[in-house]
Amino acid sequence: MGRILLLVELKGGNDGLNTLVPYADPKYRELRPVVGVARERVLPLDEKVGLHDKLEPLMESWKARDFAILQGVGYPYPNRSHFRSIEIWDTASSANQTLSEGWIAQAFQGTSLAKGAAVDCIVADTNALPATGPSLRTIVMQDAENFLRQAETMKETGGRGDGGNPALRHVLAVRQEINAAAAGLRDRLRAAPTPTYAYSQDNGLGRQLDLATRLLTAKVPVVAIKVALGGFDTHANQMQTHERLLGVLATGLATLRKNLIASGLWNDVLVMTYSEFGRRARQNASGGTDHGTAAPQFVLGGGVKGGLHGAYPSLADLQDGDLRHSVDFRSVFATVAQGCWGLQRDFGLRQPQRLGFLA
Amino acid sequence: MTLRLDRRGFVAGVAALSAALWTRWDARAASAMGFDEARLLLSRTTFGATPAEIGALETQDYASAVDRLLGNVRPQAATPAPAWITLGPAEVRRQQQTAEAARKPGVDGKPLQITRPVQEQGRELRNWWVEEMLATDQPLVERMVMFWHNHFTSSMLKVRYAPALFRQNALFRREALGNYATLLKAVARDPAMLIYLDGMRSVARQPNENFARELLELFTLGEGRYSEADIKAAARAFTGWSIDRETGQFVERAGQHDDGEKTFLGQTGRFGGDEIIAILLKHPRTAETIVEKMWREFVSLRPDPAEVGRLAASFRQSGYQIRPLVRALLMSQAFRDSANRGGLIKSPVELIIGTVHVLGLPVPEKTQLVRMLYGLGQVPFDPPNVKGWPGGESWITTYTLLLRQQFLRRIVEATAVASMEGGMAMRPGPNRRADRRQQVPGDDSKMQMMEPRPVEGRSLRNAGGEARLGATLSGADSATLLRTLLPRPPIDPIDAAASPGAVVAAAMLDPTYQLK
Repeated sequence: MGRILLLVELKGGNDGLNTLVPYADPKYRELRPVVGVARERVLPLDEKVGLHDKLEPLMESWKARDFAILQGVGYPYPNRSHFRSIEIWDTASSANQTLSEGWIAQAFQGTSLAKGAAVDCIVADTNALPATGPSLRTIVMQDAENFLRQAETMKETGGRGDGGNPALRHVLAVRQEINAAAAGLRDRLRAAPTPTYAYSQDNGLGRQLDLATRLLTAKVPVVAIKVALGGFDTHANQMQTHERLLGVLATGLATLRKNLIASGLWNDVLVMTYSEFGRRARQNASGGTDHGTAAPQFVLGGGVKGGLHGAYPSLADLQDGDLRHSVDFRSVFATVAQGCWGLQRDFGLRQPQRLGFLA
Repeated sequence: MTLRLDRRGFVAGVAALSAALWTRWDARAASAMGFDEARLLLSRTTFGATPAEIGALETQDYASAVDRLLGNVRPQAATPAPAWITLGPAEVRRQQQTAEAARKPGVDGKPLQITRPVQEQGRELRNWWVEEMLATDQPLVERMVMFWHNHFTSSMLKVRYAPALFRQNALFRREALGNYATLLKAVARDPAMLIYLDGMRSVARQPNENFARELLELFTLGEGRYSEADIKAAARAFTGWSIDRETGQFVERAGQHDDGEKTFLGQTGRFGGDEIIAILLKHPRTAETIVEKMWREFVSLRPDPAEVGRLAASFRQSGYQIRPLVRALLMSQAFRDSANRGGLIKSPVELIIGTVHVLGLPVPEKTQLVRMLYGLGQVPFDPPNVKGWPGGESWITTYTLLLRQQFLRRIVEATAVASMEGGMAMRPGPNRRADRRQQVPGDDSKMQMMEPRPVEGRSLRNAGGEARLGATLSGADSATLLRTLLPRPPIDPIDAAASPGAVVAAAMLDPTYQLK
């Protein structure tokens, strides 16, 4: 049992209102006369909401019912700093709490992962916080070949002592971890087949998904892989930037799905997007949107119960101009911890909501 | 003759090259401290030491050297301040809005790159401090300023008003080795802190608890020594402390102050902020919190509770004089114990600034170094959160260890690529505009620059094989170079018969180079 989580971070604060568009709500046009998505560019999912048409590549998954959209995900007392809010998400903390360990690492606290594997998590972007903590061996690796080459320049530790010096002991242990990971990955990664369907190489996400696909088809026994797409901080002239990013996201994820179906792995993987916050409901004066609160998350995978989950935040009931969340992100994490790794975790919530997006 | 120097063969091998190496401190001559103790002292109080700097110290008496180190210090930076430090917040905001408004799509539909004052000032501010760290003749002051910056954190990402951060840095400089009580009172009124922890928004009608919480948890007592009610009471006491939007200076707004009765840590009164601070300074935990933190900064990863208690008691009795506390730490048995050498992990700033200093590399453009610091997780003026950089073992992860080694290879390579006069060309010709673009926080390009990229046209495997030695290291023999660069014998065998440049390159890649 067990699924590998593929976490997709959308850096900068993805505009949920223009991703999953409440096209039937007249309030939407009122709030966003310039920055709103035109009705004819919305792919309706039901009579109220629809996807931005740049997300069309994901419609196949939607129709196959393995694409779930979690609406209105956020947390109480939302923080509008990029830095702080992503930290809140990554460490599954409440708004007034500073934690240093990532939520995936927290989930595995007190469990014993099979030590035969050399590495538990691979981060293909640069933010490893969700997988940071003593329970997980996490490797940050943007480029497999580069990582393996760098690790090769790092010498084997060969049993030399640290002389009882705890600082040196730590450095040597980390070096050992890198060597072990490289040794465990080297043959598998170099033997991994090229993905059947090629990823676009002109964006970071495509390259990272390519690496993720190779790790998955090479059956590297990790619990999670993380990738990221940046540039969502659309304060000015949002429309072109945002639709380009949605296109990159949809194309990448659709290609991933095809590859994993082709290699028979689609049931073993859960893809989940997240972002530090959504954006302000009302457009700003520069043709953009400012930092907001709740937003939708995408979840895809062979084991996913497709469709809309949770309630779309009401545009008629804003709080200081922002959407009120209907689902706490820690309930999403709790559902994932259960569904992917069979771990019962509440992430500090007294009563995590049971969300039905996993079959 | 090829001498393989590994841990076991090291002493014998080195003895053949030079006498009396890696001596134990307790075996040293009565008054001259000797090479290794001079190196230890410098490695913990500066950004790394050259053979000449160690040589100047090794013949001195330890106690008087410590006194000289702590002696008269200049309370200002030597590097000229950026031009904008007198701008008020309203003016900075107006400039920012003007710049944002000018950001129209270019012909290709992508927004044109513009210089945004807030981001540009942040870049200049970071470069200014890096410059000061490289140029200073009193590195202990810089180490202390960094210590206080990490204790009383404020971040450019939140503050978005560089003049206040510059002034906060000047405050840390004034009180670097001064008085903690003075510092704490000044920090509570410090505009950057008032922005960073929302004090400026804290009014009687709606007190904001952010500053009060961190004052108790991080600046004084430590977690678990107070109640939520104490935080609420303290928050009320500080209401009305704010900043003037035009000048950016501290103002006390009496109309927004809650002057009602408060009960704080068992005492009741119509307390204001200063009374709260006075109560905290009477509490024995405050001194212990600072001493523990300073122990981890100067002495070792594991503070000795009995010693901490003793030092904290005298710290409090002295009225929180910082200089005698640092002196006591540097004079302590635990600090001078030879087993303590290499017992701390270099921060990214110490690693990068120290390496550049010891190699004597000229660095005309600081943005490259700041970029390395980004990757390694310590950007000056941008601590990760209010708790600051946790430091210690957390500096080294699988990710940062590989990056550290890659940066070190790149620096070694820079010695060979750049002429010693020509500066440090770590990547061919990035122009200032490109540098600026890559400094914009939250932008995807910021992430790009952290990614390990091989130096163009060179294989990483071959890069960094041999350093070209500048004035700071040339002339030293291989054994002296090793003892200069490493706090303890290397883990991996180093061929002492190789050229000095190759010995330096190998030493920098040894795990013990990460230690101080």
